[in-house]
Amino acid sequence: MAGALTTSKASNNSTYAGLGNLLMLPSWLVIGFFLVLPVGMMLIYSFLTKEFRGGIIWEFSLAAYDQFFFDRGLFGDDPARIEWTYIKIFWRSIWQAGVATFFCLLIGFPTAWFIATRTGNSRSIWLFLITIPYWVNLLIRTISMKFLIRDTGPLNEFLISTGIISDPIHIINTNFAVQLGLFYSYLPFMVLPIYASVERYNFALSEAAADLYASRITTLRQIILPTVKPGIIAGCILVFVPSLGAFLAPDLLGGAKTFMIGSLIEEQFKGNAGNWPFGAAVSMILLSMVLIVLTYYARQQSKSGER
Amino acid sequence: MTDVAVDISNVTKMYGSFTALKDVSLAIQDNEFFTLLGPSGCGKTTLLRTIAGFEDITKGAIRLYGDNIADLPPNKRPVNTVFQQYALFPHMNVTDNVKFGLLRLGQDEATASARVGEVLELVQLTQFADRLPSQLSGGQQQRVALARALAPNPKVLLLDEPLSALDLKLRQAVRLELQQIQHETGITFIFVTHDQEEALTMSDRIAVIADGRLQQVGSAREIYEAPSNKFVADFIGETNLIDVTVTDISNGNATCTLPSGATFTCPAADGAQKGAGHLSVRPERVAMTKPAKSLLQGKASRQIYLGTDMHVEVTLDDQEVVTVRVQNSETTHIPSIGETVGLNFEAGAARLLVD
Ligand SMILES: Nc1ncnc2c1ncn2[C@@H]1O[C@H](COP(=O)(O)OP(=O)(O)O)[C@@H](O)[C@H]1O
Ligand SMILES: [Mg+2]
Repeated sequence: MAGALTTSKASNNSTYAGLGNLLMLPSWLVIGFFLVLPVGMMLIYSFLTKEFRGGIIWEFSLAAYDQFFFDRGLFGDDPARIEWTYIKIFWRSIWQAGVATFFCLLIGFPTAWFIATRTGNSRSIWLFLITIPYWVNLLIRTISMKFLIRDTGPLNEFLISTGIISDPIHIINTNFAVQLGLFYSYLPFMVLPIYASVERYNFALSEAAADLYASRITTLRQIILPTVKPGIIAGCILVFVPSLGAFLAPDLLGGAKTFMIGSLIEEQFKGNAGNWPFGAAVSMILLSMVLIVLTYYARQQSKSGER
Repeated sequence: MTDVAVDISNVTKMYGSFTALKDVSLAIQDNEFFTLLGPSGCGKTTLLRTIAGFEDITKGAIRLYGDNIADLPPNKRPVNTVFQQYALFPHMNVTDNVKFGLLRLGQDEATASARVGEVLELVQLTQFADRLPSQLSGGQQQRVALARALAPNPKVLLLDEPLSALDLKLRQAVRLELQQIQHETGITFIFVTHDQEEALTMSDRIAVIADGRLQQVGSAREIYEAPSNKFVADFIGETNLIDVTVTDISNGNATCTLPSGATFTCPAADGAQKGAGHLSVRPERVAMTKPAKSLLQGKASRQIYLGTDMHVEVTLDDQEVVTVRVQNSETTHIPSIGETVGLNFEAGAARLLVD
C-alpha cells in the first residue's frame, strides 16, 4: 500500500515537470522571437560591410565601430584620431535623458505620494486620470506639444495677451523643448512604480520618526526615501533608458543642435542614405551602456539585500 | 505632594461627527505605571495618540508637568511611544534604530553610542545590535521598540498594546520585565491594553474606558472589588449581576429586595439610585447552602470544569442565572444537575451598581 502511494506520487511529480516545461514554451518563444533574434541580428549586422544604398553585404568588417570611435580624415587614410562627433551626441543624449529623468522625479514623486495617500475610490480615479493621455499615440502627442509651444502657439499667445511678455518665448528647437517632450512622454513611468512603493509604505514609520524628534525633512530623507528607494530607482530606469534612445521628441521638438542617439540610429536605416552596419553598431554601443547601468543597479540591490 | 506627570482635562476628540473621546479628565502621577483599559474600539489608542501629538484634540487641554502641550507637534514633545506594531525602521539595524532619537536630540556620536549600549543591555539585546528588524523574532522586535523609546530618557513613555502580538508565555515574562524596567528607570508609563489580566497584574492605577468615556480610575483592587458601574463590574473579571429593587440608600449603603423577596443591605456605588438596580457579586464570593437558610434559591443547571475550580450555574425561580465558583476538591459538595440549592453571600461581597 505504502509502496503504491510512493510510486503514484513520483509519477505525478514528473508529469508536473513535463507540464511545467510545456507551459513555459510560449514565454520562451516570445523571448526568442522578439528579443534574442532581433538583437542577435543587430549584433551580426554591426560586424558586416555596408551596401551603399542601404542594406548589407555579408562580409566581416569592423568599419562601423571604427567610424564611431575614430576619425581618419576625408579619404580614410589620415592617422586615426578620436572621433568626437558621435561621442558628443551620446553625451548630449545622456544629459537630455538625465534632465528629463530629474524633472520626472521632481514632479512624479509628489504626484505618486499624493495619489497613494488618497483613500480607496479617489485613488483609482487619480490613477486613471494619469493614464488617460497614454491612450493617444506618442507621435500625435508629441506633435500636439509642438503646436502648443511654438512661437505662435497657444502658450505664447496666452502669455502675450495677458501682457506678461511682449515677444514670444522661443522654446521650439531648443534643448528645453526636447527635455519637455521627454518629460511629458515618460512621466507615468516615474509615477507608477513610485506609487506602488509608497502605497506599501507603513505610515507608522513617519509617526515613529516624529515621535523620536525628527523634523519632517529628516523623516523624508532618513526614513521615507530609503524605504521607497526601490520604486524611485525603478522609475528612474524606466524613464532614463527610453529617453536615452528616444527619437520622436528630439526629431519633432528639437533641431540640428539637439540631435540625439535615437535620431542618429533612425537615420542610418531611413531611405537610401543609410548605413545599416553603423546603425547597428550605435545600437549595440547604446545597449551595452544600458546594460552596464542595469548591472550596477542589480549589484547594488543584491548588496543591500544581503545586509 | 506628588507631581502630576500628565494632566488631561476635559479632552474631547471628534472624527467628523463621531465622538471618539468624550470629556475625559485624568491626572497621571509622576513615576506611575498607569494603564488605560477598555474593549477594542473604546478610544484607548486615540487618547494615547493625543498625548503623543499625532491627533489634535477638539476640546480640552493636555499638560505635561504643568506645560500645556496641546499645540506642540509630536517631535517637540518629551514623550516617546512604543507602537502596537513596533514601527521599527526596516532599513536600519538595531543600533541605528535605537540611536535615531538620540541623534535627533543633537547628541554627538560617542554619547549616543554609549547610551545605545546601556539601553540594549537593559533590554538584553546586546548581541543583536547589528541585526536588521527583519532578522529578529517578535519578542526581540518588541524589545527593540522599547529600547528605542527608552533611549532618549523621555519624561513619559506611551505603550500601545505592546504585548498583544506575543504568545502567552512570552507575554507573561515581558510583563514582569516591563514592570522592572519601569521601577529601574522611574519613567512614567502609560500603558494601553484590552486585556484585564494584564492591567490588573501590572498597574499602579487603571483607567477603565468604554465608548470614549472614562468609567472609573483606581488601583487594581479598587476596580475589581468596588466597581462603580455595571460596565466595569462586567468587564473586569467575572461577576453576577442580580436584579434588585432598591428601597433605601443611606450612608453609602443600600437596602434592597432580592428576587427571592429577601431584604438585603450592602454598600452602594456613588450615584446609585432607588428603584430597579443591579447587585454585583463575584462567583467566588457566593456560597451554596441548604435552601432553608439562604438569600436566594434555585436549581443547579450546569457544571463547567475549570481545572482547579469549577463553575456551577444556578437558575433562580425567575430564570436568572447565578454562577458560583467552587474549589475542585473531594471535600466540597458539588450539586448535581437539577438539585435544589440555596445561595448566600456576605454584605461586603455584594455592591449595588450604577447602571
Ligand atoms: N482616523 C480616524 N477616523 C475616524 N474614526 C476613527 C479614526 N481613528 C479611530 N477612529 C474611531 O475611534 C474609535 C476609537 O478608536 P481607537 O482609539 O483606535 O480604539 P482602541 O485603541 O481602544 O481599540 C473607533 O471607533 C475608531 O473606529
Ligand atoms: Mg488600539
